[in-house]
Amino acid sequence: MKAEFSEQVLLKGLAKNDAKAIETIYKNNFNMVQSFVLNNNGSYDDARDIFQEAMIVLYENVKSEKFVLTCQIKTYLYSICRRLWLKRLQYANRFTTQVESLEETVPIEEDLEHQEKRNLDFAIMERALGSLGEPCKSLLEAYYLQKKDMTDIASIFGYTNADNAKNQKYKCLIRLKKLFFSQYNIGE
Amino acid sequence: MDDILLLDTTERYLNGELSAGEKAAFEQLRQTNSDVDQMVVEHSMFIHQISEYAQNRDYKHQLHEIHNHLLETGELNEGQLTTSGKVAQMWNKYRRVTSIAATIAGVTALFISGLVTYFTPVSNKKEIVQLNRKIEQVMHNVRVQGNQLNNVLQPKVPVNEVATKGGTSFLVDGKGYLVTNAHVVADASTILVQNNKGQEFKASIALIDNDKDLAILKINDEDYKPLTSLPYSIRKNSADLGEQVFTLGYPRDEIVYNEGYMSAKTGFNGDTISCQIAVSANPGNSGGPVFNKNGDVIGILSTAQIKAQGVVFAIKSKNVFHAIDDLKKTDTAYPRIKVPSTSRLKGMDRVQQIKQIQDCVFMVKSFTK
Repeated sequence: MKAEFSEQVLLKGLAKNDAKAIETIYKNNFNMVQSFVLNNNGSYDDARDIFQEAMIVLYENVKSEKFVLTCQIKTYLYSICRRLWLKRLQYANRFTTQVESLEETVPIEEDLEHQEKRNLDFAIMERALGSLGEPCKSLLEAYYLQKKDMTDIASIFGYTNADNAKNQKYKCLIRLKKLFFSQYNIGE
Repeated sequence: MDDILLLDTTERYLNGELSAGEKAAFEQLRQTNSDVDQMVVEHSMFIHQISEYAQNRDYKHQLHEIHNHLLETGELNEGQLTTSGKVAQMWNKYRRVTSIAATIAGVTALFISGLVTYFTPVSNKKEIVQLNRKIEQVMHNVRVQGNQLNNVLQPKVPVNEVATKGGTSFLVDGKGYLVTNAHVVADASTILVQNNKGQEFKASIALIDNDKDLAILKINDEDYKPLTSLPYSIRKNSADLGEQVFTLGYPRDEIVYNEGYMSAKTGFNGDTISCQIAVSANPGNSGGPVFNKNGDVIGILSTAQIKAQGVVFAIKSKNVFHAIDDLKKTDTAYPRIKVPSTSRLKGMDRVQQIKQIQDCVFMVKSFTK
């Protein structure tokens, strides 16, 4: 009971982006995934990549209200890592023998599909931001990503006042939206 | 400018920064103008997307930092498997002990080998040669004595006849029926069989089958004491490849044991009467029994391929039955020959098996005029 309770606390912390919770989950599970990847033709870097990807899947899921974790965090992360690693092995054509399974797994196919979709969206956003050019990119990042105040932004970017900065920001935003929606299909 | 104004209003609307009046007006506009409505929806989606992206990026960054932080504090160890770590630790811990132990071992080994060399008597070739001569001398004496004894005691060896061939035979019936190869006794005028204690008995040919190269001999000697039962049995079906086999025979005056394995189910040039075994055999082994590990006779050793080593052919044991049947058919004078069908040797130690078998294996000497 107690373990379950603390896992719920950890998940709540993760949803709130609490560094302590993330660190605890990270610390408790990374070694397991590392030994799994290393035992199956992987390197340390592979292990880190795979584990962080799995952490992202967990994070994105925990953020949505609907998500209920029906197993231990450990099992969930392991299942995702296993699936991701199998995929990567198949992709690299290194998949020769049955990957040995150390832990029990749970079905996570759906979660992974959602995540793939999300990753695709993020990639589009990243490309759009990348092709925007300076100073638009930095300006928008400062406002939308770093959530800075308009007056701060004005002083950082050397605009005479916040309204000027705001105007500039909207111009940039219109361009970004165009770039983004040229690749992003709303219907899907 | 209109676009920017609209965008600003939309953003403020979405952030809930509009005043009540402005909000009502804007919502009115949304209802009347579908373009504006669509733009609001689109923008809200876009803002959601970009904030998601921001969160994702921050989170990834955070993960990296945590990873590096944990590496620094040593709570994760990248680049080192725990097992190799253990080995390295052990090595560091016991390096000194190991080196001391190795040194001691080395010194001890040197010391012992020194001692051994020092105390080993120097071998002298001359002594060995002398010893050889002495043994030969003894042998010579023994031979001379033996000959003399033979001259006195040997009524059985036929006079004026020369021993031409020697071979091996074994009992198939305790009453004195022996099986051997036909080529061992072919053209013999007199046959003597000798057991492993050196006793000789007169024997005669009961049946000779040159096609199968089998002969059945009968001991006709009052000195022979019939055995009530034989320790081994004779197998009717053929042996399997790879079965361990052993033979007993008389390539010299002593009974000689040899072992090997079944190597083929047919004999020379595909001969189905015989089979191939790998065992070292010499002239004199002919007619000797081939046993499997349970002490069943599976064959009668007959020939060897000259140009190949260890290729020996044995006549399959079932042919013995055919020969005995032939004998019963052709000559009713012979009492029923009972071939042993059960082996007493199963599961016995090889040495014990041989002790029991060796009394039933005889040397055959053929004499011709």
